[in-house]
Amino acid sequence: MEFIAAYLPSAMMNDQTISQLPLALPEIVMLCMASIVLIVDLFLNDKTRGGTYILSQFTLLALVVITVMSFTQQKSIAFHGTFVRDGMGDLLKIFVYIVTFTVFLYSKSYLKARDMFKGEYYVLGLFAVLGMMVMISAQSFLTIYLGLELLSLCMYALVALQRDSIIASESAMKYFVLGAIASGMLLYGMSMIYGATGSLELATINAEVMKNTDNIVLIFGLVFVLVGVAFKLGAVPFHMWLPDVYQGSPTAVAIFIGSAPKIAAFAMTMRLLVDGLHGLHVQWQDMLIIMAVASLAIGNIVAIAQTNIKRMLAYSTISHVGFIMLGIMTAEKGGYTASMFYTIVYTLMALGAFGMIMYMSRMGFESDKLDDFRGLNQRSPWFAFIMLIFMFSMAGVPPFVGFWAKLSILKAVVAVDMTWLAVTAVVFSIIGAFYYLRIIKLMYFDTPQETSAIEGASDLRVMLSLNGIAILGLGLYPELIMGLVISVM
Amino acid sequence: MITLTEVLILAAIMFSISVAGIFLNRKNLIILLMSIELMLLSVNINFIAFSYYMGDLAGQVFVFFILTVAAAEAAIGLAILVVLFRNKRTINVDDLNEMKG
Repeated sequence: MEFIAAYLPSAMMNDQTISQLPLALPEIVMLCMASIVLIVDLFLNDKTRGGTYILSQFTLLALVVITVMSFTQQKSIAFHGTFVRDGMGDLLKIFVYIVTFTVFLYSKSYLKARDMFKGEYYVLGLFAVLGMMVMISAQSFLTIYLGLELLSLCMYALVALQRDSIIASESAMKYFVLGAIASGMLLYGMSMIYGATGSLELATINAEVMKNTDNIVLIFGLVFVLVGVAFKLGAVPFHMWLPDVYQGSPTAVAIFIGSAPKIAAFAMTMRLLVDGLHGLHVQWQDMLIIMAVASLAIGNIVAIAQTNIKRMLAYSTISHVGFIMLGIMTAEKGGYTASMFYTIVYTLMALGAFGMIMYMSRMGFESDKLDDFRGLNQRSPWFAFIMLIFMFSMAGVPPFVGFWAKLSILKAVVAVDMTWLAVTAVVFSIIGAFYYLRIIKLMYFDTPQETSAIEGASDLRVMLSLNGIAILGLGLYPELIMGLVISVM
Repeated sequence: MITLTEVLILAAIMFSISVAGIFLNRKNLIILLMSIELMLLSVNINFIAFSYYMGDLAGQVFVFFILTVAAAEAAIGLAILVVLFRNKRTINVDDLNEMKG
């Protein structure tokens, strides 16, 4: 650092920026490695393409190590108030790396079978992870917007990766248009809040908001910001893109969209609503309640009518987002902790469910119909059991970890005297349990439509088994993750 | 002298036109992309107006970032449009109906 500083003009040496650079080390490493992967891939052909894959996976593992080594509970704000490094951000980033690592591992054989095993998937994926990291560490409207756009632009391109597929390009277009509208709404809200408070930095905004919580311009801005956030999370009534994108995109991309970005969207919601606009919590609580209840209702009820499992999982995501919003809605530390726990657990379960679809698919066969799961127990008892774990966990059956996630949210909601809301959530969860249990019924009590052996890659089998055992193990020892989450909040 | 309110009303009208353009247009996807650009431009006017009347530069810096990102976004949007047209031979909004439920 001193070496660099010696060559800079003295005005810059007085500046804190250079000495704060180490705080953004994970982001810097990620940017460099993503660029390196992009260039290295140019020199590889289809036979040596594995190099791109290995380099991407190595990057993610290295980032886990870097972030764990520099893990800090202390909150430090850097780069003129645009960037924050704190325990919550570090923990969420670590999970983003792990989830993305698993996504890449699961999708390798799927991509190979469909002639999509190209560098683009990994480069766009890594840049999307960088966008998520910026979102998680954002402390001003500017960084939130930039991180969000970096993530979204990579995702639009990823959905359209399968260039000759009609439904993939159609869902990419829908995703793009709705995502762009959401960004526009978010920006319009940000401009209003900027006008009312005179700052883009969340900390300053929060201080200004506290002075005058009845400002109509602020509430006007808040509504637009919430619309943007709800779009990105996939909450009703801004959920229209989710089912189409999940169904239309290749499963290798759907698993990515359905997992890691939810962690980033949770972080963005926390930064905006809690770090920035906590003074308006009376207003946003009401809006979140409406969206959460609508998400729980629409998600759980419409999922019953689906025959495509990817589309069913999209509606299941919507209902899980309802739960995540319930936790944030409490505007209490206990609720935030529960929401963060729920988000992490949800991504692990979503990984497994999509991983199962990819495990059963093969060249020319997507395995994305519910009927494809018929009689899985007779074809592969072990993986039928793993799928049973994921489904029970999503439905919230003890002892799996999904149960503890739901329980902690319900506890937090009851703690703020909104028992009716907790009851509503439980009722809709019970309705939702139907479609999870239907898959278990199809797997165990129906006869298979085809009896051919499932040819999943061995690394996929191992990771999928680990994923299932993790859901069971974390269900027996939920304090493993819960303890981490509590320690950083 | 133009007041802040007048500029904000202009931006609000532009924003409303763009939202109306997105939801009323059933014919052409390119008009949809133009509406999205208009939406971002109205936000830019908002930011510049606030920035000018408050004497704070941060808003104008934000506008530069929005313009840059909007350019990247338009590039990706048009690329997806080309892929879509190759597959479907149409860019009619009403024809985007492969998936239901």
